[in-house]
Amino acid sequence: MTNRRPSFLVYGLLGAFVLGSAFPFYWSYLVASRDNSVLTGDFTLIPGGNFFANASRVFDTIPFWKALGNSFIVSGTVTLSVVLLSTLAGFAFAKLRFRGRGVLFLFVVATLAVPTQLGIIPLYMAMAEFGWAGELEAVIVPNLVTAFGVFWMRQYLLDAIPDELVEAARMDGCSLWRTFWHVALPAARPAAAMLGVFTFMQSWNDFLWPLVVLNADNPTLQVALEKLQSGYYVDYSLVLAGTTLATVPVLIVFLVLGRQIVAGVMQGAVKG
Amino acid sequence: MSRLDAKVSPYLFVAPFFVLFGAIGLFPLLYTAYVSLFDWEVGADDPTFIGLENYRTLFDDGQFWNALFNTFSIFVLSSAPQIVIAVAIAALLNENLRARTGWRMGVLLPYVASLVALTIIFGNLFGPQYGLVNDVLTAVGIGPIDWQADTFGSHVAIASMVNWRWTGYNALIVLAAMQAIPREVHEAALVDGASPLRRFFSITLPMLKPTLIFVIVTSTIGGLQIFTEPKLFEPSGGSGGGTEHQYQTVVLYLYQSAFQGLDLGYASAIAWVLFLIVIAVAGINFLVTRRAVR
Repeated sequence: MTNRRPSFLVYGLLGAFVLGSAFPFYWSYLVASRDNSVLTGDFTLIPGGNFFANASRVFDTIPFWKALGNSFIVSGTVTLSVVLLSTLAGFAFAKLRFRGRGVLFLFVVATLAVPTQLGIIPLYMAMAEFGWAGELEAVIVPNLVTAFGVFWMRQYLLDAIPDELVEAARMDGCSLWRTFWHVALPAARPAAAMLGVFTFMQSWNDFLWPLVVLNADNPTLQVALEKLQSGYYVDYSLVLAGTTLATVPVLIVFLVLGRQIVAGVMQGAVKG
Repeated sequence: MSRLDAKVSPYLFVAPFFVLFGAIGLFPLLYTAYVSLFDWEVGADDPTFIGLENYRTLFDDGQFWNALFNTFSIFVLSSAPQIVIAVAIAALLNENLRARTGWRMGVLLPYVASLVALTIIFGNLFGPQYGLVNDVLTAVGIGPIDWQADTFGSHVAIASMVNWRWTGYNALIVLAAMQAIPREVHEAALVDGASPLRRFFSITLPMLKPTLIFVIVTSTIGGLQIFTEPKLFEPSGGSGGGTEHQYQTVVLYLYQSAFQGLDLGYASAIAWVLFLIVIAVAGINFLVTRRAVR
């Protein structure tokens, strides 16, 4: 409350918490940089020199690059689609008048609490029927738009666009689609960017459904990592080399966009 | 043309969500209830209608009750300490810190990490034989704990993964709520001579209540469906949740029944019962929230 700088104790406690937060990442690299014979012996926090050797064993064991590419394709497509379709629906709910709008929006909000994940069995049967089992479509199509996205964009666009602007565009003979494209979409950019980041991370981490519907030859990164670990004997210098490699892209994203992600989490808390 | 546009376009704009939710969300859930009434094996041509037989079996199935117990046990172990620590971290972050954003990013680090990768790393840290956690416990004289075989121990290990991942995230949500508390309230209390601790317990904490309840509700819906952590905690890639199912959760049992036991009817009954439990718990939460906010 006062503008005084806090004591060392505050920094010390926070520092300990952040160190604890970072430690598992470092541990993963530490184990990955050594070999298994050292693992069972004395404890040290100094990395060894075997990381690249272990990493290349990862590439031999699982289709790492293919999995990485698949994860990018899946998360990228899902993110683009969620942002576009959510903004479209959010714009309609926030700024357009139509019969049943209130009821339909209430329905969207209600679905936020529905655990749709529990429908995986019929979903799996349907995918097998369509011949999509094992294909990337199976993990992309079910996630093309989310209730959270629609809700989030509607809340933002409610205040972001003045009603007069939509009205003026209509007077000028703009179709609603063009109004969306030229007025709503540009105005939605800040909220859309945050929705994009969160959707990407969520899709990137998705595990249960990809595990069910994809196979070891055409996996996402998460499914490939699971295969790496599921042998009878777990070779941790190999497995943790895999987790280290999988963590690098996410850490890069975090270093670049961390400030925005922090702001997004805190704004979501106030709005939601 | 433009009148038609004004009438029809709004429906076209919201249609993708409703079509997709209907096809991918609602229909499969309802169809799950239908499948649960059959003896339905993967690949079998003609499933047999058996009425509520799957449910009858389920309510006598010790493994199901065990999974339900494990799910709630892990949930309690992961939510209670998490909220206390999150509030404490939020209070620290609410101080006038140097490099404010840097600290916030540091706290949020676990949230962006890949869940699968982290679960594997924690599996290594909690390894019964050569795990770092046991090395430390042995060094301080508590002695090693078998994090795999021991029921309570395995729940603690899995809960710690959840805690590690979500505490910082929830701390930021609580922090946002703390910053929304009007300054004047604190200043008035300051004038009255209230100590910092007193102000925290008499002003900050009560005003955080709606946010805390929001955090609890969202973590309940997620927590009851926990899958990745117990699945990957088992080193050999099994789905039993340990040799004695000591940490098998409901969704893990569902997965095992459907995709290893190949019994889609029975797995659907599990899914449907869990669905009702989640809705019931979320509903209770909602009612409690409304009362608490008023």
